[in-house]
Amino acid sequence: MSRILIVAEHDGARLNPSTSKCVSCAGRIPGATVDVLVLAVDGAAVAAQAAALAGVARVLVADNAANGEALAAVLAPQVAKLAGGYSHVFGPSTTFGKDLMPRVAALLGVGQVSDIMSVEGAHTFRRPIYAGNAVLTVEAPADATVVATVRVASFEAAAAGGSAAVEKVDAGVALPSHTRFVSRSGATTGRPDLQTASRVVAGGRALGSADGFKIIYSLADRLGAAVGASRAAVDAGYVPNDLQVGQTGKIIAPELYIAIGISGAIQHMTGIKDARTIVAINKDGEAPIFEATDIGLVGDLFALVPELEKQLGG
Amino acid sequence: MRRIMVGVKRVVDYNVRVRVKPDNTGVVTEGVKMSINPFDEIALEEALRIKEKGLADEVLAVGIGPADAQQQLRTALAMGADRAILVQTDAAVPPLSVARIFRQLIDKEQPFLVLLGKQAIDDDNGQAPQMLAALWDRPQAVSCSKIEVADGKATVTREVDAGLEVLELDLPAVMSVDLRLNEPRYVKLPDIMKAKKKPLDTMSLGDFGVSEASPFRSVRVEPPPQRSKGVMVKDVAELVDALKKKGLV
Repeated sequence: MSRILIVAEHDGARLNPSTSKCVSCAGRIPGATVDVLVLAVDGAAVAAQAAALAGVARVLVADNAANGEALAAVLAPQVAKLAGGYSHVFGPSTTFGKDLMPRVAALLGVGQVSDIMSVEGAHTFRRPIYAGNAVLTVEAPADATVVATVRVASFEAAAAGGSAAVEKVDAGVALPSHTRFVSRSGATTGRPDLQTASRVVAGGRALGSADGFKIIYSLADRLGAAVGASRAAVDAGYVPNDLQVGQTGKIIAPELYIAIGISGAIQHMTGIKDARTIVAINKDGEAPIFEATDIGLVGDLFALVPELEKQLGG
Repeated sequence: MRRIMVGVKRVVDYNVRVRVKPDNTGVVTEGVKMSINPFDEIALEEALRIKEKGLADEVLAVGIGPADAQQQLRTALAMGADRAILVQTDAAVPPLSVARIFRQLIDKEQPFLVLLGKQAIDDDNGQAPQMLAALWDRPQAVSCSKIEVADGKATVTREVDAGLEVLELDLPAVMSVDLRLNEPRYVKLPDIMKAKKKPLDTMSLGDFGVSEASPFRSVRVEPPPQRSKGVMVKDVAELVDALKKKGLV
């Protein structure tokens, strides 16, 4: 019988959708009991959101003044302590979970399964390796806690309608002060979040400049879409790093992905292979992106993209 | 001695199009170009820059892998590392074992900073740096795009989903590096010659009491499901029609 603890990702007020994806993943394990752990300063509001997810049995809230920012060195000892009695501990494969979960695993003295893309059994999972060019089926030892991160793009959000019990817990462990949060800067664009948006418009190096990228933002706004970018566009300084899609950026699974001026390097494609429909616009008809595109259009993107926006407006 | 320890993993080169073996036991690595994991190269470059600023005295490159991994460590020495250690094994060493080996080397080498790539581009695990920081009970900073070291502390900028995050860490600490931290230098021929004289020690897993056997079993390696090639449209009107037919706009 599997008892699964999911570490909630949140910003102090709102539960990140990645947690809901982890609940779905955990639900694939037959006969599993799924609990969610909220580590916060005051986790009541976030816990209420987690309790409303279908499939969650209990929500554990560990309030602590030290939990104001998600510092892995501070959170990991609490998770490791509260993981006692659980067969599995899951977190999302977002930068939050990637930072935290391996530290938890090491404190528990076990390995980790990174980026679960499907569940084959209580201890058997499929995960991408080599930038998604191969898929590994891996079996974790049955006699140890399974610590894992969940590839959020591979799972649907859990349904609403749950009514889990919420319980306060206290890890009762000493927390370090050697790691201190200074600041966080991010784009507050008013656009949909890249990781959860149903539509994404992304640009590549062919946009030529930050100014050239304006046609991407404009089309995205017309579609109510999030904006993404290839590594090349980020490296060139056209857009900030948090827009990067691919092996080392964000892995996304929108309903519609429109790639504009993106050649389609393997490392980029691994970030979008779960998209429902991929559209590519590129001046080079031989660009590798067209190999994995549902709808392709060859031509001058500076003419085609504004034209597309115009025709969508009608 | 103010020492920086850097991890150097031998992996299939970034530009190789990886193919799965027909018997599904792994990917083809015979006759394939091997290189330093690109993230490790960035970690090494950062260590060299910190040393060149006068903030460190020695850069130690550590690899865990087959005898041929000496090639990547020689490259690291040619880039400017002062010495190297190869923990030689033909086994695939899982991240927790990597962390345990580095943890023991830390006791011996006493670095003030351990710089590692944020992930290796073969297994894409992204675990060893965080695991090492846990075993060492020291700070970690994952996916660093800027590192400043001064007065026993480091101020680092990390790439996170929401943008950029700045942390202050007490040293010693473990940092894993991201792509935009720096651009690694090219190795010059005279440096390759000089690197041949730099010390490269070889150790074994047994020296660390680490077993070759991994508790994780690799059941099967398969190619990913391929997306089928779709249709090409000739103009924007056709594109809009196609999107409408799919109910996407």
